[in-house]
Amino acid sequence: MKQLPAHVRAGAGLMLSAAFATLLSACGKSDANPDQYGAEPQLPAPERGLLPSMKIAEPTPWGNQKPVVPQGYAISAIASDLKVPRQTLVLPNGDILIAEGKGGNAKPLKPKDLIAGYIKSKGTTSVKSGDRLTLLRDADGDGVYETRTVYADKLNAPYGLALVGNNLYVANQDALVRFNYREGDTQAGQPPVKVTDLPSEINHHWTKALAASADGRFLYVGIGSNSNITERGMTGEIDRAMVWEVNAETGARRNYATGLRNPTALTIQPGSGQLWAVVNERDEIGPNLVPDYLTTVKEGAFYGWPYSYWGQNVDERVRPQDPQKVASAIKPDYALGSHVAALGLDFSEPAMGPKFADGVFIGEHGSWNRDNPVGYKVVFVPFRDGRPNGPPVDFVTGFRDADGKTRGRPVGVTVDPRGALIVADDLANVIWRVTPVKVP
Amino acid sequence: MTTSDIRTVGRGLHPVHAVLLGGMFPLFLGGLLSDLAYASSYQIQWTNFASWLIVGGLVFSGFALLWSIIELIRADRRRGQFLVFTLLLFATWVVGFFNSLTHAKDAWSAMPMGLILSVIGVLLACASTWLGFAKFGVGGER
Repeated sequence: MKQLPAHVRAGAGLMLSAAFATLLSACGKSDANPDQYGAEPQLPAPERGLLPSMKIAEPTPWGNQKPVVPQGYAISAIASDLKVPRQTLVLPNGDILIAEGKGGNAKPLKPKDLIAGYIKSKGTTSVKSGDRLTLLRDADGDGVYETRTVYADKLNAPYGLALVGNNLYVANQDALVRFNYREGDTQAGQPPVKVTDLPSEINHHWTKALAASADGRFLYVGIGSNSNITERGMTGEIDRAMVWEVNAETGARRNYATGLRNPTALTIQPGSGQLWAVVNERDEIGPNLVPDYLTTVKEGAFYGWPYSYWGQNVDERVRPQDPQKVASAIKPDYALGSHVAALGLDFSEPAMGPKFADGVFIGEHGSWNRDNPVGYKVVFVPFRDGRPNGPPVDFVTGFRDADGKTRGRPVGVTVDPRGALIVADDLANVIWRVTPVKVP
Repeated sequence: MTTSDIRTVGRGLHPVHAVLLGGMFPLFLGGLLSDLAYASSYQIQWTNFASWLIVGGLVFSGFALLWSIIELIRADRRRGQFLVFTLLLFATWVVGFFNSLTHAKDAWSAMPMGLILSVIGVLLACASTWLGFAKFGVGGER
């Protein structure tokens, strides 16, 4: 068990006594999973012991095992030995583009950062950042992606991907760039052209999510905060925790929505053209705070971070406070549960089968700040009339055992309109493909 | 045993022990002053400074405590005042340790408990340093 309380408990126990150690562990935590789904989640009072809860994944190879999918579906690995695959894009000809990389250059500021950083690194892959885009092709449509090429390399932690006509946009951790893509390309002919710089100082939350508007004129870039809750200073949060709207042609940008702590995936709803996001909320105020969420991103709206969460719930850890901003904060649409770490989002298609035709798939990377881990799966949130309707349904599970052995951690999810869900797994460095089993 | 008694009475703190003891007080005091600066300015860098200064204080007081414990075990210091001195050092270290964990909380959540523990820690550090130097002094034979 890579768990901070246990570590420090052992050390303290040597130096002091068992009674002292009991004092250290944060006791009396309400760790049970509450009903934290939907528009009105239960929000307990904030709590934090002397040590934050840290329960880290224990990486284990898949071996012969595979993730578990619902009856009537099949799953297979279509690419392995990647270098930290994060997000994927299905191109019009069916090719799959994979963004590989790991970013961030946040230096430890406090003694805590050294210790917590080391412990968290145990739960992720040791593979170095690929900083590239890999292209997979299944020319004969048998579900085996027999061709694999490096579409582009020497990028800087690429994450968000979007295609508009012949323009392939890639959100690196420091800049939004554009490739000229022609259908059938397996390699980029030229180096990319920069559309605009993106905030990259510190880059505590480095991922830059990306979606293109329905008409392709604008690009939406999700920029995460530079801290959990302003502990790296207010000046570090300029141009952070927001979604930018970038003019695809000129690169001019404006703040589209703010107060979104870490918008890790963006997508446009088919039909309505509405922008949706999954957002990761703040840690270290208890196992059941604050729920990560799925929401429409409303133009000009403020979603609370850092001053408040889920509407007007003030976060006392922030100084100076801002009651005016708190008053203006709006509630997100749909809670996914605290600490699940939603990193992938895509709307489904009828080809995914009748039960999963209308709704969104969400990749949940899994928790660290919780004694009873959550996430580590892909869920489906059913929709009706364009809005979430009902609790999330498990779609891909089996990434983590009850005993803590973790074989994979889902990140990006992409629906192939031909009838497949593409899931990036950045722990096993694999791309999974889930398909409805065709009934002959 | 006569020789041993004379040594105990006559010998002050070892110079290295004295350096460890003398070093801890300014570090804990620096932590307290940084906490006060953070509380009045909300500038996050002050609480970062406080975190490191307290860790520094823990290192110095930890070694000073270890040294005292060893001397206690070696039996040539087993006297009431030296035991009180060692217990004070121990209390200083424990308060500093809890203070360090408190300072690991993000942003303002370290407050006000961090400030309170810093005040207690500085008072204990002052008391143990004072007792150490006043009762035992520094140096070998005198």
